[in-house]
Amino acid sequence: MDKTVLTLPHEEIEAIQLEGLKKTLAAVYEHVDFYKQLFDEAGFDPYGVESLDDLKKAPFTTKQDLRDNYPYKLFAVPMKDVREIHMSSGTTGIATVGGYTDHDLEIWGECFARGIEYADGDENDICHVAYGYGLFTGGLGAHYGSVNMGCTTIPMSAGNTERQIRVLREMGSTIICCTPSYAMHIADTAIEMGLDPEKDFHLRAGIHGAEPFSDNFRAELERKLHYKALDIYGLTETMGPGVAIECMEQTGLHLAEDHFIAEIINPETGEVLPDGEWGELVLTTVDREATPVIRYRTRDITRILPGTCACGRTHKRIDRLHGRTDDMLIIRGVNVFPSQIEDVMETFTRVSSWYQIELTREESLDIVTLKVEPDPSFDLDGMRAIEKLQKEIQDALRSALSVSIRVKIVEPKSIPRSEGKAKRVIDKREGIK
Amino acid sequence: MIQQITVFLENKPGRLAALCTTLGDAGINMDALTIAETSDYGLIRIICDNPKRAQEVLQQENYRANITDVVAVSVSNKPGGLAYLLNKLDDLKLNIEYGYCFSFKGETAFNVLKVEDAQAAEAAIVNAGYTVLEQKDL
Repeated sequence: MDKTVLTLPHEEIEAIQLEGLKKTLAAVYEHVDFYKQLFDEAGFDPYGVESLDDLKKAPFTTKQDLRDNYPYKLFAVPMKDVREIHMSSGTTGIATVGGYTDHDLEIWGECFARGIEYADGDENDICHVAYGYGLFTGGLGAHYGSVNMGCTTIPMSAGNTERQIRVLREMGSTIICCTPSYAMHIADTAIEMGLDPEKDFHLRAGIHGAEPFSDNFRAELERKLHYKALDIYGLTETMGPGVAIECMEQTGLHLAEDHFIAEIINPETGEVLPDGEWGELVLTTVDREATPVIRYRTRDITRILPGTCACGRTHKRIDRLHGRTDDMLIIRGVNVFPSQIEDVMETFTRVSSWYQIELTREESLDIVTLKVEPDPSFDLDGMRAIEKLQKEIQDALRSALSVSIRVKIVEPKSIPRSEGKAKRVIDKREGIK
Repeated sequence: MIQQITVFLENKPGRLAALCTTLGDAGINMDALTIAETSDYGLIRIICDNPKRAQEVLQQENYRANITDVVAVSVSNKPGGLAYLLNKLDDLKLNIEYGYCFSFKGETAFNVLKVEDAQAAEAAIVNAGYTVLEQKDL
């Protein structure tokens, strides 16, 4: 892994970006019908780009564009050069496809390996990959990263939690890569089995992504597993995990700026926002060969953090994600992200870390119900204790989010545990999808 | 003083039957059971022959089961028996959080009371001339 690129002066990173952008624009214009038509219709000249600022003139691409061109119409290289395919889960429609040449796989491994470097890791680490292997980018992305760094890689995939725990103990895994909700499930299960992760595990760091998790959820993970939990961001449409990763400072995720150009836009107007302002993240690939994307609207809400990181690396950072515009709940006119609800709920030790948000409609009113489970330590002998807890959570939610949310205490383990991405929101409103 | 098991159940069909089946299969015999319910959930309070084992069995099956100390006072099973006891407790300034009664063998009734400091309350009740049940009496 090349560490020197992580501390290059920012002008040199920008020079890499501009050179890559010019090549990428020419490649997609010449090899992908969709981009030729898109640029021509927008009056955008892909050969006229002289500075990174000129990228603003290019039109956006959306998830719908990727779906419309399913499966191969966005590929910019002949199939003989495509080495691997990944697909998004397609839970909200047709899957989106990413193709990888040898070079694309190489940079993917390199980008994920930065996460291990950020976790102060090296080839002495034993890297336990508990993301699902397969079309999902989590498993193989982490695998390539671990191999790239030269770690000892344990390709567990997700599931069979008791076996995960046995391997964590017996093989001495030092870094674990999985979704944050699965890390929590592993931690809870280990504790229930009577283990003490501090003594029985050897974990130093976790690289967790594929779903947003709140600061309090992170604190809970770190308390249970005695390690540092680092946030990793990525999406199949641009590569997979590794687009941006936190360092040990835990003050934002360093973008892999030599491979991706990030912009933040106002999702309503498309206007590019200055550093520091929250908006939708838009990504352009700098050197992706098989499926490059130009100004792809991720629908993820974040901001570019101004200033430099205390770790000394020069790649800009994005803030931890609040969630996707798709996940955002509009409750009686107020925008709420599930992670904000999670943040409030995590301050209550009388409930477990598992929750589910249920949306229903009564007459014409949207009703939001937060289901939580009592923690084993909570003495729930009296009705008053339960009612008091419900009321305290409801009050805390109202003061933090300005909306009223019903809190329902449900039986332990009745909220499904996830091995991959947790399903936090159940929408039972008819006619709304 | 006796130990009561409190189980948190969602208010859904079949949950109470499942709970009782779990206890029955484990060979646990119940002497009393009451339900306090809301539209969402209920608290099931149980007096049984082996509360520790009942709690273990229930937790294994993912129920949330707590053990609570309660006082079981015996009074004579005739009109005014409970009223007399409650007036006495009032005189002793003992506040009851909840309670329930059961009787067997005809002559006597038992009043299970949740009070703040079960140990001290039980001593005061005994001092006032009442008989209280111990786990072994069940």
